[in-house]
Amino acid sequence: MQLQSMYQDIILDHYRNPHGRGLREPFEAEVHHVNPTCGDEVTLRVHLDGDTIADVSYEGMGCSISQASVSAMYDLVIGRSVPEALETGEHFMTLMQSKGDPAVAEKLEDELEDAVAFAGVSKYPARIKCALMSWMALKDASARAWGGQGA
Amino acid sequence: MTQTVSRPAAGARKQPLPLDVEAIRADFPILSRTVRDGKRLVYLDSGATSQKPRSVLDAERDFYENHNAAPHRGAHQLAEEATGLYEAARAKIAEFIGAAVEEVVFTRNTTDAVNTVAYALSNAATAKEPSFRRYAVGQGDEIVVTEMEHHANLVPWQQLCERTGATLRWLGLTDDGRLDLSDLATVVNERTKLVAVTQQSNILGTINPLEPIVARAREVGALVLVDGAQSVPHQPVDVTALGADFLVFSGHKMLGPTGVGVLWGRYEVLDALPPFLTGGSMIEVVRMEGSTFMPPPQRFEAGVPMTAQVVGLGAAVDYLQALGMDTVLAHEEALTAYALEQLQAIPGVTVIGPPDTVARGGAVSFTVEGIHPHDVGQVLDDLGIAVRVGHHCAWPVVRRYGVPATTRATFYVHTGYDDVDALVEGVRAAQRFFGVTPEEATA
Repeated sequence: MQLQSMYQDIILDHYRNPHGRGLREPFEAEVHHVNPTCGDEVTLRVHLDGDTIADVSYEGMGCSISQASVSAMYDLVIGRSVPEALETGEHFMTLMQSKGDPAVAEKLEDELEDAVAFAGVSKYPARIKCALMSWMALKDASARAWGGQGA
Repeated sequence: MTQTVSRPAAGARKQPLPLDVEAIRADFPILSRTVRDGKRLVYLDSGATSQKPRSVLDAERDFYENHNAAPHRGAHQLAEEATGLYEAARAKIAEFIGAAVEEVVFTRNTTDAVNTVAYALSNAATAKEPSFRRYAVGQGDEIVVTEMEHHANLVPWQQLCERTGATLRWLGLTDDGRLDLSDLATVVNERTKLVAVTQQSNILGTINPLEPIVARAREVGALVLVDGAQSVPHQPVDVTALGADFLVFSGHKMLGPTGVGVLWGRYEVLDALPPFLTGGSMIEVVRMEGSTFMPPPQRFEAGVPMTAQVVGLGAAVDYLQALGMDTVLAHEEALTAYALEQLQAIPGVTVIGPPDTVARGGAVSFTVEGIHPHDVGQVLDDLGIAVRVGHHCAWPVVRRYGVPATTRATFYVHTGYDDVDALVEGVRAAQRFFGVTPEEATA
């Protein structure tokens, strides 16, 4: 059974007990992203303190991968600066493009913490978008929030 | 109290299947391959696209190897043969749906066929030839669809309305997955120019009662387009009995190749429509100042057509006719009855769509409590079972029933009870894997 490689316990834990779920005030930007092939949706808000991400709050519906991904992302980006968080997002993207190469996962382990558990997803092209949706939403929201603040 | 869910004894509800599944499977090369580490392929996604029997593949290969040329051009022997094969396939497909040959237009697929009509109706408004303006759609006109439509029979009509200023209206759905016809007489009215309705829902499996809709459309002088993408492959369809003006369907869902679909239109209506795509093949006379067009069906077949695919579709029709469409329908009905019973016996499983086989085809959509359809599909895939997950290009339908998505199994001529049993076992495996086996709750 190949399933365990995708559904790591860490992923299922995040799915069942999501971290940071719910929409909160205050926020500088809110975005709504959908995955049109399957109907997964996430509404995500970003609250910045200077260039630091003070809060990411979200509501969404979707599969275990998409919901666990946003929860793991929440843990990774709170308290980081926007450029740091976006760089982490790039690393996550690299992991998703790794086609299950264990060397890539190993290299990114420290950087991605729990999110490295998504390495197994990279072997399933149809599911990569599920894992990436929340990171795309974060990129979009933080760009808007940051742009709004800097202007 | 823990209790094993009672299941019907093996074979208890398995009526003998009308089709010889093992013999049919031997005709489909792809069904002999394995997937996901040596598992038998259980293909329950024919509603998305069907697999192809060897005779269809052979017909395409034979065309390319022995007869390939552009039809309706050139005077050489290959051109004659290619034209002959192309038109013979048209005749075969026309006969399959009880139509006249010149009423069968080849398109890329159902989507293309719907767009051909939708664009003809807006092009009609600005057509130079008065004879092409008869069905023009404009401000104050109404187009009627249903909430059950595949995006292919919804979005082109939304776009037609945006282009022309017409208004889109729709018939709703009942809680048990059927069309709500209670306001048919007001939704379809004197302003209605066209009613577009599916004969069989790709997600709910519902087979719609077209008679009252066609009758009402006739009363008010509206055209009727029937989406046959999920009906023509699975049941006998006769355009005369249908009484509609257009029937659209795809070759790839009926054992044929991708890249070929059919727009059937009543000749009188087709003849009064301007073209959608223009260019080679469809013209009568071309001058620098302007051009005139061929009569149907050529008027709607611009460019060198998908000749090999049309020939392949002809072979698919031969294959289906040899089985008999009544038999195909009965086969799928038996499978659907069994699948509905088995799936609904699993605690936590909810079928989205009619719960019984009355006016219902072999598309069974369901949700599993506590597991997202994507995750159900992933577990099934791991077991070699191919199903569709998501909104099935019918987003308003899943929204109507308050679910984010569904898992859908669709049946065809090679489907047997072993496939349905694999599906049912797979759903139980998904419940075990995600730890949401709700037996206790219902015991």
